[in-house]
Amino acid sequence: MQFKPIYFFILICTGFLVYSFSIYMYPPTSMNGLTNDEMTNAAEGKMVFQKYNCQSCHQIYNLGGYLGPDLTNCYSQEGKGELYIKAMVQSGTNQMPAFRLSEIEINALLQFFKAIDKTGSSDLRKFHIEPNGMIESNGK
Amino acid sequence: MENKQTNFAKLFFSTAMVVLFGAIIYGIWAAISYIYPGFLKTQLGFIALRPMHASAALFWILLGATAAVYEGLNYLFPNQINQKIAWTQWALWVIAIVGIFTSYFLGQFGGREYWEFNPYWALPIALAWLLFMFQFFSLIRKKRNWPVYMYMWMTGIIFFLFTFAEGYLWLFPYFRKELITDLTIQWKVNGSMVGSWNQILYGSSFYLMDRITGNEKVGQSKLAFAMYFLGFFNLCFNWGHHVYTLPTEPYIRYFGYVVSMTEWIIFIKIIYDWKADWQQATIHLYNIPYRFIMAANAWVFLNLFLALFMSIPAINLYTHGTHVTVAHSMGTTIGINTMIIFAMAFFAYEKNNPRDLKEKIWLRRFFWTMQISLLVFWLSLISAGIQKGFWQLEANKNAFGDMMLNLKPWFILFFISGITLGISISGVLFQLLKAQFAKPIKTSN
Repeated sequence: MQFKPIYFFILICTGFLVYSFSIYMYPPTSMNGLTNDEMTNAAEGKMVFQKYNCQSCHQIYNLGGYLGPDLTNCYSQEGKGELYIKAMVQSGTNQMPAFRLSEIEINALLQFFKAIDKTGSSDLRKFHIEPNGMIESNGK
Repeated sequence: MENKQTNFAKLFFSTAMVVLFGAIIYGIWAAISYIYPGFLKTQLGFIALRPMHASAALFWILLGATAAVYEGLNYLFPNQINQKIAWTQWALWVIAIVGIFTSYFLGQFGGREYWEFNPYWALPIALAWLLFMFQFFSLIRKKRNWPVYMYMWMTGIIFFLFTFAEGYLWLFPYFRKELITDLTIQWKVNGSMVGSWNQILYGSSFYLMDRITGNEKVGQSKLAFAMYFLGFFNLCFNWGHHVYTLPTEPYIRYFGYVVSMTEWIIFIKIIYDWKADWQQATIHLYNIPYRFIMAANAWVFLNLFLALFMSIPAINLYTHGTHVTVAHSMGTTIGINTMIIFAMAFFAYEKNNPRDLKEKIWLRRFFWTMQISLLVFWLSLISAGIQKGFWQLEANKNAFGDMMLNLKPWFILFFISGITLGISISGVLFQLLKAQFAKPIKTSN
């Protein structure tokens, strides 16, 4: 029988599409009880995060830029929280410029940080290594 | 009368080279912020410079890959490239590039990491790629028994368009609202998209080796197809290492882990073929495109080794979110992608303009400066990353700013090697531009 590479190509493409759609259609159960409104507001806040290109320097779940700290749990970190975030955004730091966000934008950004904080922890110290080499979170 | 055809490989190569020069300038400028925090932060700071550098580097690879495919198509289907489609494709790219960089200068963002521009600028890129795909399929359907590199080009072209579109699913509230799924898709896209342009460039490398060695049987062998399918399988499913720490469903992380381990097969094959490759290299080492391909192969070996370790979750715990990841992306984009594009560009230009000896001496100097600088650059990023990785896991870690201060010696090394790397790449670009504008030498036959 003659070898037909195109059949293998179609097979892998089909597998890719099935896998992709399974990810689109079945969101994870780890959203820790976020309500529909909280999720909608968080999505608006993420648009603000993108508008001011925060990802250029900051990470969420250790994914993003490298010049500033990870912001996944900045909302609940000791000594931080809403007022701290507001002050940092508005006055800037040695490295970060001061941003002129409207009240609506800053509130949306806070909703995003609040929601992403609820989904889990990006602190790598709160992970353990399984015997098979995989890592699992110990929770917040 | 001779039909005057535009050489689209050269057109796209020259456009890509202009963009690459921009990537070098913005990259060096952005890196200053690591040494002098807040450098020009209110004028043109890191927030604008990072996307400028990243987008320029991405466009260099995409335009270079496009040029490489046009070089192949022009050889396989002489004088059959649809001029109107190719010119429109090029014009759409130019519109997108001008628009994107103007918006970055004006401080207008709104997109995602690596694609930070406002999503409406994605439209000309998608249209240009759609035209490229149409051009490609209208030509390749005329040929039967495709060699493996044609499959690789096809895979890369289709999957780039798919992943590029997938990368904008967040425009729909359904996807944007699900924070974790949204992040998962974002990194699924980034992983697979890199695989798509790698397919185009590895395919081009295969095509080039066929042309240089004159051995066209390799491209039809079952082993070549087996390796292609392994690479394709990894393109589709080997992105899980980006999301090991995300609270996704466990099956996504475990599947990514298992798939990534299949890359050991590629790694072992490189070691197994090493002796034969070396013997082949000694025959063709005088050949400039071949030399760039050999450099790319060496960088594949180093970066694959790094990637394999980063794909083991227990090790990924230490490297995730650190400069080891940057070392890997820089090592692959410069060491592998850029070397292959240079090889293809020299191959395209050398056919009409053989260089004189003096130029070759300079080219040799730039080539080796580039390799050594890149090695130092790569190692300094890995070292900074390892140090940061240990900091991330310290029980009583100090402040982020203090940690960054401790990494400064590595950043200085990264900056200096970045400058020498930039100079040597510019030197190679200059040699290519000279060849672009040199008068073709007429052969008498």
